[in-house]
Amino acid sequence: MTTATVDDERIARTSTLTKLLKRPEIGALVAAIVIFAFFALTTDAFATPSGSSTWLRGASTIGIMAVAVSLLMIGGEFDLSAGAMTGFTGLVVGVLTREYGVNIWAAILVSLLLALVIGAVNGILVMRTGLPSFIVTLGTFFVLQGIDLAGTKALTGQVAIQGMTQVPFYDQAKRVFGSALEVQPHWFNLNLGFMRLDFDWSRPLTINASVFWWVGVTALATWILLRTRTGNWIFSVGGAQTASRQIGVPVFKTKVGLFMTTAGAGWLVGMLLIFTTSTVQSNTGVGQEFIYIICAVVGGCLMTGGYGSAIGAAFGALIYGMVSQGIVYAGWDNNWLKAFLGVMLLGAVLLNEWVRKRAETAR
Amino acid sequence: MSENEAASPVTNVYAPPPRGTAIIEVRDIGKRYGNIIALSDVSTSVRAGEVTCVLGDNGAGKSTFIKILAGAHEHTDGQLLIDGEDHTLSSPRAALELGIATVYQDLAVVPLMPVWRNFFLGSEITKGVGPLKKLDIDFMKRTTKSELSAMGIDLRDVEQPIGTLSGGERQCVAIARAVYFGARVLILDEPTAALGVKQSGVVLKYIAKARERGLGVVFITHNPHHAYPVGDRFMLLRRGKSMGDFPKADLTLEDLTAMMAGGEELESLAHELAETMGADSAIAQELKADIT
Repeated sequence: MTTATVDDERIARTSTLTKLLKRPEIGALVAAIVIFAFFALTTDAFATPSGSSTWLRGASTIGIMAVAVSLLMIGGEFDLSAGAMTGFTGLVVGVLTREYGVNIWAAILVSLLLALVIGAVNGILVMRTGLPSFIVTLGTFFVLQGIDLAGTKALTGQVAIQGMTQVPFYDQAKRVFGSALEVQPHWFNLNLGFMRLDFDWSRPLTINASVFWWVGVTALATWILLRTRTGNWIFSVGGAQTASRQIGVPVFKTKVGLFMTTAGAGWLVGMLLIFTTSTVQSNTGVGQEFIYIICAVVGGCLMTGGYGSAIGAAFGALIYGMVSQGIVYAGWDNNWLKAFLGVMLLGAVLLNEWVRKRAETAR
Repeated sequence: MSENEAASPVTNVYAPPPRGTAIIEVRDIGKRYGNIIALSDVSTSVRAGEVTCVLGDNGAGKSTFIKILAGAHEHTDGQLLIDGEDHTLSSPRAALELGIATVYQDLAVVPLMPVWRNFFLGSEITKGVGPLKKLDIDFMKRTTKSELSAMGIDLRDVEQPIGTLSGGERQCVAIARAVYFGARVLILDEPTAALGVKQSGVVLKYIAKARERGLGVVFITHNPHHAYPVGDRFMLLRRGKSMGDFPKADLTLEDLTAMMAGGEELESLAHELAETMGADSAIAQELKADIT
């Protein structure tokens, strides 16, 4: 509908395929398909319903964070505290309910507010001081990590919160954050002509609540990015901050909002983790912050900001989930995952740089 | 910078007053920073459908002068009359509200974003209500294309990143954007400084186009060859002082060039160059031609 009105006889009508190939997330999509095919063909467990359940769940929590981090990266900033935030928010709920008997929904709300405040502090510090967000959020990361470990120990005498199931109304919250949908369509098998995929339906396909949240967050982020004024501002503050300010874009608000969004996503993942497993470790999320950034970059985000895609970051997380589980099914050493991530990151950065140069230089 | 301000773009179509009506009049204006006099006794006018060229070498006070008009600095001496009323512009937004738009050298564009998104950046048009409010992409693309073609810029595809356009074309998008959002006076800060000969020609063409549409244009440059063909009025600055304000009829290109660099200085430079590089060297010839 948009192309029909801006026709020009000098542009050949581009097919949907050509347009698709210009999108930043296309590389991640292709890679995801290749990796799926690879593990589906080389291992027995990967493409089964129960196998898929596992890697989908793994991809979902990483994916929610990667999508939020991709918005922030398009806006030209990083958040190294995003991983520790998933642990922090879960611990707040755990400590408040288990140690102080606070109502579970009140604890969830307090946890969200704390996350948003920390996100706002990150943003305000970055904008007011002009320091790189890398440094500011590195500081927040260590503060949160310290609070998670020492605070939990001081308040509970332990390094983990357990027995969440005994908290009143736990089931209510679990329905929202920790339930799962089981699908068992026995008739569903794939016949691709050249090959048949006969799924083993003896165990159902379990879709966790986190997967639905992941799809929802990705859809919302993509819509905001491409179809709203806020999305336009996210691209512009990341691409050229001074120019955006001159032209009247609310730079401060946009950036602080992005930091708060990332922190809010950290809260959501914290809730998903605590209500899926009913426990929370005090070191939850530490070390994951770089995984989020890698997923966002694999999904087409530039390290320098101003370009990228939210759905691409979701594909990046899907790749991460598939590979981390596929390696297990293939019986390889787990540590190959790290090497694979490194190669993916370098490959993606090189590809993105090439795309950026092509987009920025005159034809 | 509130959301509300950004949410109400000034999209009124400007009906220009009769050609030659003074929009801005500057009387003996000056700017002092403490005891440093950056600019003094400058008088000129900007009229609808005319191009006022501000010429001067580096450090002559050109930027101080445009900053006063653009609202970046307040003047300390003299009078700034806009539509005959005395004004002191305290912010770029105040200037914008009076219809004075400035296109700076860096153009305020985001290279990686499509042309149409750049055109409407900060003043996006939306449709729908509440949480379903979304960008009216179709309208913005169509408007960008038609506004650019009204300025004589014929783009193949408004979806291409603005970074892929040439420097001259980008300058023109910035000009078209200012015009669309209600500018009646356009201040162009050295629009041709970083451009090659051909690209400069393209920009000059659009300056002439803006004048045709009834806008008052303030064209800042240090190149008399760029100023003379499009200018209606020339104001020369030198060391923070005005060397006069001349209508085109009173001035030839030769006068202008000579005055700008200071006739004697230029002559001695030509002489010097002839000695070091030979009398036939292109640059010496050119300078000589300029003086005589």
